[in-house]
Amino acid sequence: MTSMLLHPGLLLVAAGVALGALRGPARTVVALAAPLAALAIVLASPDGAAWHGHYLGLDIVPLAFDRLSRLFAFVFAVMAFGGALFALNQPRRLELPAALVYAGSAIGAVLAGDLVTLFVFWELMAVGSTLVIWSGGTPQAYRASLRYLAVHLLGGVLLLAGIAGHVAHSGSTAVVHFALDAPAHWLILAGFLVNAGAPPLSAWLPDAYPEASWSGTVFLSAFTTKTAVYALLRGFPGTELLVWVGLFMVFYGVVYALLENDMRRILAYSIVNQVGFMVTGIGIGTQMALNGAAAHAFAHIIYKALLLMSAGSVLYATERRKCTDLGGLFRSMPLTTICGGIGALAISAFPLTSGFVSKSLISQAAADLHLQWVWLLLAAATAGVFLHAGIKYPWFVFFQKDSGLRPPDPPLNMRLAMLLFAALCVGLGIFYQPLYALLPYATDYVPYTGAHVVEQLELLLFSGLAFFVMLPLMRRTLTITLDVDWFYRRLGPMLLRGTGSLIAIAAAATRGAVAGSVGRLAGFVLRFHESDGLLARTWTTGGMALWMALLLAAYLVVYYI
Amino acid sequence: MTFAHLPALEVVVPLIAAPLTVLIRRSAPAWAIAAAACSFSFVAALLLAAEVAAHGPISYHLGSWAPPWGIEYRVDALSAFVLVLVSGMATVTVPYAWRSIAAELPRDQVYLFYTMFCLCLAGLLGMTITGDAFNLFVFMEIGSLSSYVLIALGRDRRAQYASYQYLVLGTIGATFYVIGIGILYLATGTLNIADLAQRLQHVENLRPVLAGLAFITVGVSLKLALYPLHLWLPNAYTYAPSAVTAFLAATATKVSVYVLLRFYFSVFGLHLVSVTLPMPEILLVLSIVAIVSASLVALYQTDLKRLFAYSSVAQIGYITLGMSLTSRAGLTASVVHLFNHGITKGALFLLLGGVALRAGRTGLDRVHGLGRAMPLTSLGIVIAGLSLIGVPGTAGFVSKWYLVLAAIEAGRWWLAAFVVATSLIAVAYVWRFVEAAYLSEPDERTPEPGEAPLAMLLPAWLLVAACVYFGFDTSYTVEAARRAALLLLGAAQ
Repeated sequence: MTSMLLHPGLLLVAAGVALGALRGPARTVVALAAPLAALAIVLASPDGAAWHGHYLGLDIVPLAFDRLSRLFAFVFAVMAFGGALFALNQPRRLELPAALVYAGSAIGAVLAGDLVTLFVFWELMAVGSTLVIWSGGTPQAYRASLRYLAVHLLGGVLLLAGIAGHVAHSGSTAVVHFALDAPAHWLILAGFLVNAGAPPLSAWLPDAYPEASWSGTVFLSAFTTKTAVYALLRGFPGTELLVWVGLFMVFYGVVYALLENDMRRILAYSIVNQVGFMVTGIGIGTQMALNGAAAHAFAHIIYKALLLMSAGSVLYATERRKCTDLGGLFRSMPLTTICGGIGALAISAFPLTSGFVSKSLISQAAADLHLQWVWLLLAAATAGVFLHAGIKYPWFVFFQKDSGLRPPDPPLNMRLAMLLFAALCVGLGIFYQPLYALLPYATDYVPYTGAHVVEQLELLLFSGLAFFVMLPLMRRTLTITLDVDWFYRRLGPMLLRGTGSLIAIAAAATRGAVAGSVGRLAGFVLRFHESDGLLARTWTTGGMALWMALLLAAYLVVYYI
Repeated sequence: MTFAHLPALEVVVPLIAAPLTVLIRRSAPAWAIAAAACSFSFVAALLLAAEVAAHGPISYHLGSWAPPWGIEYRVDALSAFVLVLVSGMATVTVPYAWRSIAAELPRDQVYLFYTMFCLCLAGLLGMTITGDAFNLFVFMEIGSLSSYVLIALGRDRRAQYASYQYLVLGTIGATFYVIGIGILYLATGTLNIADLAQRLQHVENLRPVLAGLAFITVGVSLKLALYPLHLWLPNAYTYAPSAVTAFLAATATKVSVYVLLRFYFSVFGLHLVSVTLPMPEILLVLSIVAIVSASLVALYQTDLKRLFAYSSVAQIGYITLGMSLTSRAGLTASVVHLFNHGITKGALFLLLGGVALRAGRTGLDRVHGLGRAMPLTSLGIVIAGLSLIGVPGTAGFVSKWYLVLAAIEAGRWWLAAFVVATSLIAVAYVWRFVEAAYLSEPDERTPEPGEAPLAMLLPAWLLVAACVYFGFDTSYTVEAARRAALLLLGAAQ
């Protein structure tokens, strides 16, 4: 066993805490050096390196390296560096420290060799990310952060109950492959899926992430869902249920992103969509599919961060977030436009980008197993992704009508961060072998076969064509915001035969009915507990004594019968 | 020689210290005497615990009268653990009281506080150490009467009403207890606890004995503030002087839990209590109601002391929940939570005493922006609050963990989920403090920047550190609790 002095996750957490007290150049140095140091430790640690300890009479492994955990820790460290670089000029003092704590705990979670450590970092991650959202500084951000925290604490509760049950039965805390044969394992799966943004709680993600600041959302997009993907990869590979959960997420993301007008909400819905691809891959469960899920998580972190950096730059420069308020920015923000465009191509799995080499693995795995429906749905969804994230986002923000805005490209550090990630997107797309070499299973898959490239291009070009054929129609209706909403509700049905709006209507109706009856019941119960409620009042001495007499009588009756 | 008499000295030293402080009538020497007596008790308790761990239970015959005729003091794995908690909390509280009590009481009453404090300590230690059921009643009265006085010392005039209510109810409780003991004495002819357990097995007619058990259960339930007999507690904790609240919250209810454990498991035995009677079921229902209801009430409180007082009622629910499982794991969870909650609540109330000193009161409207005005105090409250919730790495997590394991072991999945889910209510009420202290801007009611005096901050932070320490190093607490659980179940079979 190699003894390592430093835990890369804890190092980042400590740096985050220290950052809270630092100002000026020292802050910049620490913010950039800490992720690089974590990266160096991750790269230098060999497979099998681990820490061992005891807690509550259990064997715990706070740090364990293998191929899978190193892959995630690696990309998390890269992400922490890029995000910190992008966020250097963020004036809110809490955000960057919170983001580093968040990134550090995510690294800690993927490097955890046992369930208890995993849970501890899982919860720390929830706290860190909540603070990042809260740093958005608006009342909406504050409320969103509380809703977000509530969902994640609920997820934590499910996870902890599951872990406790698993430990009670097996006596082991190791993160192993769980079969869905015990309530404990169902609870663990539920806890993981909450963080992955799976139904029925997917809404926490698009609800909360767009409320963070222009730099905060960049961090948020990377860690929570991908840690969940990692945990699912460890615990539930090949669980068939996940194929359907994943496909649901894929289409949920597409439909809602197409209906959305806020640029960062579009991208947030597309996170659910992309994580859906990964979850589907985990559900398929072959070595190829698992490789695909891991590679897609890796690639997605980079290109989604790039997209959100470009959106963040627009927000930074214009302080507007609605597609209808934006447009024509390519004239004055060429670099942001190019980087956003590269991100858009990557998320659409355009050949020569990172998305192509990673998503191909998942599709190929489905094809290898002759899962026609899965393959077909994934292909259809790829077209959908191109529509909402590949074309809709850059088109409405950077091109379409001229909104008259002429903001400049953002400051140097933000430009550098975007350039770095754009280079990674293209670099991974062309030189995919280093990424494939990092994957959990050895693979000799070659994404660039003639047939596959042509097929992908056809798919993308035709969906692109569909978008631009509709364009005259769009120009006319985009003049009024309400109409845009209405318009996408019509475009959605054209693609998905009405499921989009039906889902929306049904969801709203159920929500209303459930909230109504639950609300009434809760109100009734809570009235007794309010500060002047029956149960919170100071009682008279006689009243209390009466209780004692009643209780004594009750005990006597119970004992005598 | 003295070592052999340590069990007696454990109680006698604070008992003698009390009249000494009255004779001297000056606050500084009184404080010194109380501090010396508490420290002595703490050291003696640690020595006794080490002795018990090494050589098994100690039986001390008072005045060399052998039981069952004479009074026996009995130190075993459970009572030694409780002795350490009680005397340790007293040793932490007395240095704190130096500044805190001086600020809250008129100068000429300060020495009386130490008198009552020593009496209260002697009472609680006596209840724990004695092996005689009637002697236990005597110590219960010593501890209770002195705690009525301690609560009435509070600055707020409502303290006197709170104390009066507690006095009336506490007296009824003690009376119920002594009636129960009387019935047991009639049925068995003995008052020694070990002897009682022996003879109860041969009692033909169980009816009167069961009536005795009912009286004892209700009497002790009041003392430990088991729902719905908790109504005296919130006011008593809210209006008592800060040092008193901290000490009583950490010890008084815990000693009563100890008494209940003794009677259920050592005297009546598991078979009678859980097979013949539906005691586990009753306890389970009351615990669940306590946890949910008291936590919800806490959520709506506007005063921090009151908020955490209701939280105490809920936390006692977790302790009795572990008892109701009547398994080794359940009792371990129960006993370890008794200790962990003791130090957590002690830390919280000591810190709140600092807030009360600086802000005048402990209303949530007084702590806006407290994170900046009193950073150490606020941070301490948050850490202790995390322990209250049961966040990993704190003492509270250890007890919740064992409670969840015990529930799963009993095959009650819903109960395990319930325990973890109700922690979320604790998250909500702790969050109310975080929101006020860190997320609100300071206003004119926020105290000026500056911490509580070091003499108050240090003891409080010692307990905060203990909350974290016992969250990581569980070898002492869990081991002691496990031995205590084995003892209780061993005696029951």
